[in-house]
Amino acid sequence: MSHSEALAAEQDRVLASAWGGGKSPFAANWGKLMMWLFLISDALTFVALIAAYGFMRYVSPRWPAQAEIFDMRLIGFMTFTLISSSAVMAMAVGAARTHNPKLAVRFLFLTILGGLIFLGCQAYEWSHFIGEGARLWSNPWGVPQFSACFFVMTGFHGFHVTTGVIFLLVVALRAAAGRYSDEGVEIAGLYWHFIDVVWVFIFALFYLL
Amino acid sequence: MGALGTHESITADHKLGFFRRYIFSLDHKVIGVQYILTAMVMAIVGGLLSMLIRLQLAWPSHQWPWLGQVIPTGMEGGVMKPEFYLSLVTMHGTIMVFFLLTAVLAGGFGNFIIPLQIGARDMAFPFLNALSYWTFFLSCLAILSAFFVVGGAPLGGWTAYAPLSALPQTGPGQGMGMTMWIVAIGLFVFSSLFGALNYITTILNLRTKGMSMMRLPLTTWSLLITAILGLLAFPVLLGAAILLFFDRSGGTSFFIPGGLTVGEKLVSHAGGHPLLWQHLFWFFGHPEVYIVILPAMGIVSDILSTFSRKPIFSYKTMVLSMSSIGVLSFIVWGHHMFVSGMNPLLGSAFALTTLAIAVPSAIKTFNWLFTLWGARIRFTAAMLFSIGFVSLFVSGGLSGIFLGNSAVDIHLHDTYFVVAHFHLIMAVAPVFAMFAGLYYWFPKMFGRMMNETLGKLHFWGSLIGVYCVFFTMHVIGMAGHIRRTYDPYQYEFLKHLQPANIFITKAAFILGAVQLLFLINFWWSLFKGKKATDNPWRANSLEWTTSTPPPHGNWEGEIPTVCRWPYDYSAPGVKEDFALQSEPLPAAPSGK
Repeated sequence: MSHSEALAAEQDRVLASAWGGGKSPFAANWGKLMMWLFLISDALTFVALIAAYGFMRYVSPRWPAQAEIFDMRLIGFMTFTLISSSAVMAMAVGAARTHNPKLAVRFLFLTILGGLIFLGCQAYEWSHFIGEGARLWSNPWGVPQFSACFFVMTGFHGFHVTTGVIFLLVVALRAAAGRYSDEGVEIAGLYWHFIDVVWVFIFALFYLL
Repeated sequence: MGALGTHESITADHKLGFFRRYIFSLDHKVIGVQYILTAMVMAIVGGLLSMLIRLQLAWPSHQWPWLGQVIPTGMEGGVMKPEFYLSLVTMHGTIMVFFLLTAVLAGGFGNFIIPLQIGARDMAFPFLNALSYWTFFLSCLAILSAFFVVGGAPLGGWTAYAPLSALPQTGPGQGMGMTMWIVAIGLFVFSSLFGALNYITTILNLRTKGMSMMRLPLTTWSLLITAILGLLAFPVLLGAAILLFFDRSGGTSFFIPGGLTVGEKLVSHAGGHPLLWQHLFWFFGHPEVYIVILPAMGIVSDILSTFSRKPIFSYKTMVLSMSSIGVLSFIVWGHHMFVSGMNPLLGSAFALTTLAIAVPSAIKTFNWLFTLWGARIRFTAAMLFSIGFVSLFVSGGLSGIFLGNSAVDIHLHDTYFVVAHFHLIMAVAPVFAMFAGLYYWFPKMFGRMMNETLGKLHFWGSLIGVYCVFFTMHVIGMAGHIRRTYDPYQYEFLKHLQPANIFITKAAFILGAVQLLFLINFWWSLFKGKKATDNPWRANSLEWTTSTPPPHGNWEGEIPTVCRWPYDYSAPGVKEDFALQSEPLPAAPSGK
């Protein structure tokens, strides 16, 4: 094969390849790709907070026994609600994919309901915790870092759930008005599942461990 | 058209007013230029701060009545106050690292270059791009306002080490000034995140037909890796800043240990640990160094190849070494903390990973040298600055090998040796690449050429000035000159270093004055420079295939299809000594 033929063959290979330009290598539009990247970045903010919590626990002489302080049935119920809402969210995405907007909207509102129940439980948990004397700077059970980590981690996560509920509300209302795309629902779903996954880590590392 | 179809509409003939076109624009080229011009203002501020620092180090407690009139609070009666000196150091570092280097290299060049080099009409999400710039703009206002709030600018250094940064009572600037610092950095993180999201998606999804990843110019490759580093490193700084905010305003003690006294008063916080800040900060801080240096490497690679009229030597190892530098940058942060009392075994591990970075760095350096080898070099201002970058990168890199060894670092830590090292490698070297990039892409940005003679004068003045300043700093650092000290001559063992400090200061003043040549050249050329042709440097990458300056939507008509890599200089079978990436391949001979 001559040099120029080799070049032409190379050009054909590039144009046929998924990475050869002119198309998305991941078969995802930029919106979905951007959401994935944002979630990676957001995850690292949580990693920083969780690492700080681990560091605090490591340097503290004694860490309070969480199981005696928190009502684990409530926390279990919250976890169950959030994971269920994630499953419902997946059904909403499925309905959007099969072009059934009515069903998608119904599942979206169910997901929002799950998020609101979670937030309600969290508000109850916070007020209960504060009522027992927990503050950002102190708590009756031991090192002040215990309550500080609790408020910062669950607070930052709760903030994400709140923005997630607003996000889903916008998507649901738009879908109800007929202005929706299955990709848009899927992108909102990615964010919701992410919130769920982060909670699993907080649940395991802060409440259980 | 699918993913590429999103921007077809913006090529439609736009009749936008001045504000929509130049101020609240969604066009990536305008946003890139906005970043560069804003950073230029920040650089002037940051540069003037360093001049004041040098003034103090050469002639401490000397009275400068005229300065007392210009800066009445910081230099009352013309003598610099110690707090003011510390705030100068802090603000010089913060402004230069974030608001000049990161802003110009990632924000400015990233925005301007990426869509042009990959063959896209604009960024994937132009609105987010504009939001990124305006968040950065607010962040600039926030950091500058720190000078004017009660107590003045923060004093704790650009690294904002806790517990100094966590306790407002530790100094006048640590109150409102430090709060403004946190606000500014928080905004900057968001601005950087918005930019990074756009850069990565745009490079992955919006490349034109035929622009495979291994045909990307190295500038775009470097900006991609930088964006990934930013995406992973900045959120950790955000997490740290959130905790710092709570320590200062919420009463928590993440970074504050028990038993501290400030001004003979016991601090009520207890149970935290200052090392947590150092870990979180440097987990961000070390990748930040590469966020700055990687685009510089990419820009320099492209310019060296263009003006050597030769392909870049070993493109694949260039990409691989940049990627491995990116990966390694996340596992070396401990080398900033060798004297923090860390386990010597852990110190050795960090020393090992740190020294490992020398390998890809050396590969890149040799590739640059081999690109230059035997070339008929065209010594334009852009080329001179690129060669200057390689020189500074080698000089600064070698002292990095000293400092990467934990045993040597214990002696040199927090001396002027460290100051000299990081200035050469992550401050001045990227600034040289930035100048190279500006001289190189100025015609594409503004449609006019910069003055070459002034550019060359600017280069020689800068190169000589930089080496006079920072070589001398290595020497006084070895002699034990402390990094952050208001008056070094209060110590007997540093008294003999005053002549060296006076020399550095004079060289720094000349170096600062030489930068005026650039400013004059830039603004003069903007209005009076020679009109530029579409491809004045006879370069290959896609930005040179469109008109100068490029229209809204980057190409009139179709976006070109790419047929070759960007380094076909003096390629066989091509008449000219360059071949644009869009130039069709030579036709295969007919018959067999």
